[in-house]
Amino acid sequence: MCRLAAITSSEYFSPIENINALETMKEGHDGSGMGLILKNLGGEFEELRDYPILSGICSKDGMKTLDDYMNKLGFKLKYTWTPKTRTVKGVMGRDHYFARVYDYPDVYKHSSLEEKEDLLLRTRLALRKFGEGDESIIVFSFYPDILTLKEVGDPLELSEFFGLDKSPLKARIIFAQGRQNTNYAINMYACHPFFIQGYGSMTNGENTAFVPIREFLMSRNFPGYIGYNSDSEVFCHILHYTCKQLGYPLTYYKDVITPLKQTEIDKRTDSEAARLLKIALRPLCIDGPNCVIAFTPDGTCIMVQDAKKLRPGIVGGVKGKYGLMSEECGLDSVVPQRDKSGDIFPMKYDMVIVKPDAQEVMVWNQLHG
Amino acid sequence: MEPASRLDHNHELAIKDLPYIVRWRDDRCKRCGRCTAVCPMLSIEPAVIVRRSVHSEGTSPEPKSSRLVETIVKQTTNIERYCIGCATCTLVCPNEAIEPEYNPQHKFNFHKNKGGHPYRRGGRRNDPLPSTLDRLRFTRISMLTDPALDAGRHEFRIRTYLGRILPAEELPVKLVSGKLEADKISGMFIPPVREIYPVMIGSMSIGALSPTMWEGLAMGITYLNEVEGMPVVMCSGEGGMPQRLLKSRFIKYFIPQIASGYFGWDEIVRVIPHMVEDPCAIEIKYGQGAKPGDGGLLMAHKVLKLISEIRGVPMGVDLPSPPTHQTKYSIEESVAKMIQSMSMAWGFRVPVYPKISGTRTAKAVLNNLVRNQYAAALSIDGEDGGTGAAYNVSMDTMGHPIASNIRECYLDLVKYGKQNELPLIAAGGIGKKGNLAANAAALFMLGASAVSIGKYIMQAAAACHGDEMNRCNVCNLGKCPRGITTQDPKLYRRLDPDVVAERVVEVYKSLDVELKKIFAPMGRSTELPIGMSDGISTDDHAIAERLQISYVC
Repeated sequence: MCRLAAITSSEYFSPIENINALETMKEGHDGSGMGLILKNLGGEFEELRDYPILSGICSKDGMKTLDDYMNKLGFKLKYTWTPKTRTVKGVMGRDHYFARVYDYPDVYKHSSLEEKEDLLLRTRLALRKFGEGDESIIVFSFYPDILTLKEVGDPLELSEFFGLDKSPLKARIIFAQGRQNTNYAINMYACHPFFIQGYGSMTNGENTAFVPIREFLMSRNFPGYIGYNSDSEVFCHILHYTCKQLGYPLTYYKDVITPLKQTEIDKRTDSEAARLLKIALRPLCIDGPNCVIAFTPDGTCIMVQDAKKLRPGIVGGVKGKYGLMSEECGLDSVVPQRDKSGDIFPMKYDMVIVKPDAQEVMVWNQLHG
Repeated sequence: MEPASRLDHNHELAIKDLPYIVRWRDDRCKRCGRCTAVCPMLSIEPAVIVRRSVHSEGTSPEPKSSRLVETIVKQTTNIERYCIGCATCTLVCPNEAIEPEYNPQHKFNFHKNKGGHPYRRGGRRNDPLPSTLDRLRFTRISMLTDPALDAGRHEFRIRTYLGRILPAEELPVKLVSGKLEADKISGMFIPPVREIYPVMIGSMSIGALSPTMWEGLAMGITYLNEVEGMPVVMCSGEGGMPQRLLKSRFIKYFIPQIASGYFGWDEIVRVIPHMVEDPCAIEIKYGQGAKPGDGGLLMAHKVLKLISEIRGVPMGVDLPSPPTHQTKYSIEESVAKMIQSMSMAWGFRVPVYPKISGTRTAKAVLNNLVRNQYAAALSIDGEDGGTGAAYNVSMDTMGHPIASNIRECYLDLVKYGKQNELPLIAAGGIGKKGNLAANAAALFMLGASAVSIGKYIMQAAAACHGDEMNRCNVCNLGKCPRGITTQDPKLYRRLDPDVVAERVVEVYKSLDVELKKIFAPMGRSTELPIGMSDGISTDDHAIAERLQISYVC
């Protein structure tokens, strides 16, 4: 089982806060990897909010291929961030870790967001394909105001390796996962959090319904629904599919992954629509045990549980800073001054929603719709 | 030259040529005559023989012989009256003096064509070997990576959908004040979808089945729905249903079938205005796994008063259904029309789906149905499916196994992203070796949305003797010793419909527990694990490769 530490705040903060939270929950992960996604970036990225950031890892050869390809497409490099890596025992470093900010090709200057998103997705997938055979290029995300960092190793050691403790890198939403590698060989693409077109998620637990869900998503005819080196990647794609492709409000994500019984649906005011989508999206039902923490493009963060086996999960904090964590000790390290009686442990029907800028927390109950 | 056969019986068959040899024990038999009276084939008969007896009574040997006239039970070698091995004689014998024994050296198939009539029978394919389904194992057990579910404590929803399911992209819903609402103004057709138990009772007609058997099944189904809350449904088979049932509220648990003879449909159509509930669905039979390309046949001696009333035909005539629907010109035109016509008859409120026999062309049918928005499902009946009457050659050699047929159809749907839109119903040999839950679960994981059973429920609920060693299998002759497939009151009154109903309920309740015992350790409880192919494996490389599942040893 992995450990998850998400923080959303109205102020910029360092990812080291997440990593410290993961450290308190160390009994729950085996240090086989860490993933970080930073959203609403500060520091040097603050002025570059509208430009897409390509996050990934390259070998020397891979970097050349990447440059050639990006030049060919007409992307113009505006800024490059690289972590100041240090030698740390137990961490096998790679050639280039990077977050490169690009300007769009000229022909896309006046394109709509959808067209730009499509371009970014196709570019990321092409780069991923170039590097798939020899791992010369690994790309995690290519999207404005999103930075992703992943590597194999213990989170605390990795933060030292990346020099995060001394880095000015800051953001207002940061998701971090400490990995427990139980199911699959260590593959960088299997590391949470996952991201696609503004939606990000991380999960713990095994996804027993993985294969039918994967087959359903892969047959949606959407190029981004590929990969699935981890059975948890589907949670991110289901969120994207529900909210972006189908245009449903966020709370219906819960209805899709943990559909109610018909007798329960009948009591909701939107029962007719809820029944229709329950039937239509039957293959996307999960059977847990999973705790999903996710964010949406507007900066809303959520936590939901499966309907039966329930993984550990807690949401708490103060106005302006909330943590969504696997365990209470993680939350204690991030927001120690909060009123603990207000901590929320979401149960089978709940979706905990933290509004953008961590201004408000609400618990949406699926039974009431 | 005059042949000598008259003297040495050379043209008669020997007992060793027959599939079953009756073992009768002279020392136990009290000559009550029950066995010979009950034998459905008249294979055994009382006979009188003269026996020479040698005995000595004095202190020194003084053998004397005498001739005794004795009654015995004799097995005939007449192939028309061959012993079918049903063992009804054993059942009635008070002294355990008689029992048929299978003869593996028999030459039955060489001789059972007298008068140039090929061998016809009921039952299913005579292949006693385990089927592919019985070679599948559930191997992805979640334990430490996923706390296993408790089959006895947790809530399980073992349900499926019968009906055409709209893709999410096309759902008539709109956003109103942050909530989704069904968009009724759009006027878009929303196909009817039923939530049912995923193991259905397949099509067996009143006519093929005796009144008591059918009534027992119907009562069992109704009890499961009304009392146990299990939405098990049952297909009528061809030949209509009693008007009383059609007009009742219980019709919602039944699926009337229309087949190539259209028997019973005059009566059904007349009843439609008087129906208080819609049926669960309508099944259009185009093919049957046991006898692909063959129509049905209800022989004259089964067409008695009840059957003639339900089917709207005279009594005592053969009722053959053509091999194909007479209106069928092409799949594009007539199947679509027929599905649409049947839908229209109930105001498009009832799912209508076709049933075909397992075949390598199933994918072509599927591709056509996918494009027909009124097609509610596709039922595929594999080669191990049962029947009340068919030519032996059809049953034993024609057809396609269900496992790979359903798998390739499912994967085809996946390829086009339609795997949740057109449910696949698998039938044919499910529970052949008694492993009903395991076979059904394996088929779900291969891609079936539901399965249909027929022969299994006859065996489990009414102790049908038939098996894959060609035991009994005289469903076609109306001589069913259990009273399951006969219209002879002397035979069917042996069967108590209440007992059948009770057994149906017991079978389904235990099936439900067994399905949970399979799904729980695999971590599935909310939705049926349709297409969860990573859950199953086999110890056969070729099967694994064909079904695209893992190989284990």
